Amino acid sequence: MTGSTVARAIAARDLRKAYGDTVVLDGIDIDVPAGSVFALLGPNGAGKTTAVHVLSTLIPADGGTAAVAGHDVAIEPDAVRAAIGVTGQFSAVDGLLTGAENLRLMADLHHLDRAVVDGRVADLLERFDLVDAATQTTATYSGGMRRRLDLAMTLVGDPRVIFLDEPTTGLDPRSRRALWQQVRDLVATGVTIFLTTQYLEEADQLADRIALLDGGRIVAEGTPAELKRLVPGGHIRLTFDDPAQLDAAALALAGSERDDDALALDVPGGSDIARLRAVLERLDRDGIAVEGLGIHSPDLDDVFLAMTGGHR
Amino acid sequence: MSTVTFALRDSATMLRRNLRHMRRYPSLTFMLVGMPVVFLLLFVYVFGGTVGGNLPGVDGTGRRAYADYLAPGILVVTVVGTATGTAIGIAMDMTEGIIARFRTMAIFRPSILFGHVVGAVIQSMIAVVFVTVVALGVGFRPNASPVEWLAAVGVIAMVSVALTWLAVALGLVARTVESASNLPMPLLLLPFFGSAFVPTDTLPGPLRWFADHQPFTPIIETLRGLLLGTAIGAHGVVSVAWCLGIALLGFVWARAAFERNVARPAR
Ligand SMILES: Nc1ncnc2c1ncn2[C@@H]1O[C@H](COP(=O)(O)OP(=O)(O)O)[C@@H](O)[C@H]1O
Ligand SMILES: [Mg+2]
Repeated sequence: MTGSTVARAIAARDLRKAYGDTVVLDGIDIDVPAGSVFALLGPNGAGKTTAVHVLSTLIPADGGTAAVAGHDVAIEPDAVRAAIGVTGQFSAVDGLLTGAENLRLMADLHHLDRAVVDGRVADLLERFDLVDAATQTTATYSGGMRRRLDLAMTLVGDPRVIFLDEPTTGLDPRSRRALWQQVRDLVATGVTIFLTTQYLEEADQLADRIALLDGGRIVAEGTPAELKRLVPGGHIRLTFDDPAQLDAAALALAGSERDDDALALDVPGGSDIARLRAVLERLDRDGIAVEGLGIHSPDLDDVFLAMTGGHR
Repeated sequence: MSTVTFALRDSATMLRRNLRHMRRYPSLTFMLVGMPVVFLLLFVYVFGGTVGGNLPGVDGTGRRAYADYLAPGILVVTVVGTATGTAIGIAMDMTEGIIARFRTMAIFRPSILFGHVVGAVIQSMIAVVFVTVVALGVGFRPNASPVEWLAAVGVIAMVSVALTWLAVALGLVARTVESASNLPMPLLLLPFFGSAFVPTDTLPGPLRWFADHQPFTPIIETLRGLLLGTAIGAHGVVSVAWCLGIALLGFVWARAAFERNVARPAR
């Protein structure tokens, strides 16, 4: 490992990558302590996949250095490969093989002892809820099943560092939650996870530290709580039928912001339930007629607006 | 385990993967057998009656004689056809996300290519056996001794290995699956401009020169000599030289192409 006191599973300095004139990574630094979850957060096209590709030895960087599991990706790619597992953004299962055959293929390529292969495959099928589909070719799988198999295949070799590139993009909310739980279970076993996502909520749910990638640079980094402090909170939006009601509400709820064109009032507070109850009680007491109510939670756009001065 | 054991084990794993693909989707294999069979029937029954007279080294005249003359060339066409299929197969496989996964694993990388090559050679040998049976059915009567048969199988395997490596390289440099199916087309035409269907001395000047100097003529003549007892002469050595050259070119080209198109975006 490196010379610092905390063992770092991933350490990258000034990573650069360009495709022709398109600068994708413009000198990024990444530090991920062993055993933690790191989320690289950014919109489509920010360079998340490119970062994963460089760190997982798929493509060479144009500049800078990166060490994964203590090995330089450029100098000892095979040592890095032996320590990592990658679940890419795009499905990496063999569509012509069954789920069990895919897992067995991974076991063979990891040179696992024949005696342990059956047990390992059965375990993973069970854990990822694929027992019933084990003998079907993966071409028949749903998106969620494919994702689960993809992750299961990544785990066959017991990797110490796992890359998950947008693991829940395209999944329905239930599958997303199930996958989050799988990731949490993994974390409990002490592995290091490098995750990319477009969703602040996902990073918030899973990560110890989050880095915001924009324009090829990391524009903010910190714990979820630290990042959220940088973002203006959410608000409750009240809409009215008549300007008089809007006036009354604005008077009653100090600190809120009015939007006269839309006959609406934005009350700070977001999805804070206690705050919401207080607002509704106050409106009730004053007999103010509200036409509609909406809750706006802070999302990635808000974070980015705050971090980048709204250039997006 | 040593590096060599790992290399062998990974290659065997990749071979199993490719054989499983072929078994599960045999339509491509059938298609590859279909083409030479159609050629065989077409040439024997449509042209055989006319072309079948006065062929060197073949007893008798007519359709049966032409079946004898034609069969070795058709077997070579069969091998070329399966190699073409390999170019398509590997180009399709490279678009699969699992290839990117393989590249992030500490495996013996060339095993991905070895798996394809060995699988394709097995596939082409199966196709050759099938086409041979059909040829026997339409009058092909080889007079080879067991040793000659063995040598003939060796020649076919050698041609298959060489053409498959070339096809793998073509499949890897092709930008799309469609161009992968077009790139090896010239290979498929070459036997027609050689001694597969008619003796080269019946061809006009420049074409005859080309036919005498391209790889498929000596290969077909060697096979014909082994199966039917015609003169082989220098054709044997020339065939081996051609196959070694083609195999080496294909191998080096394929490895370079495989390392070059890293992370072909799976969009
Ligand atoms: N192989 C490639 N060739 C050219 N441009 C690429 C290639 N891969 C990615 N890009 C470009 O790099 C930028 C970042 O892409 P990517 O890393 O996939 O972003 P993300 O994963 O954050 O959506 C995009 O503008 C994309 O078009
Ligand atoms: Mg991406």
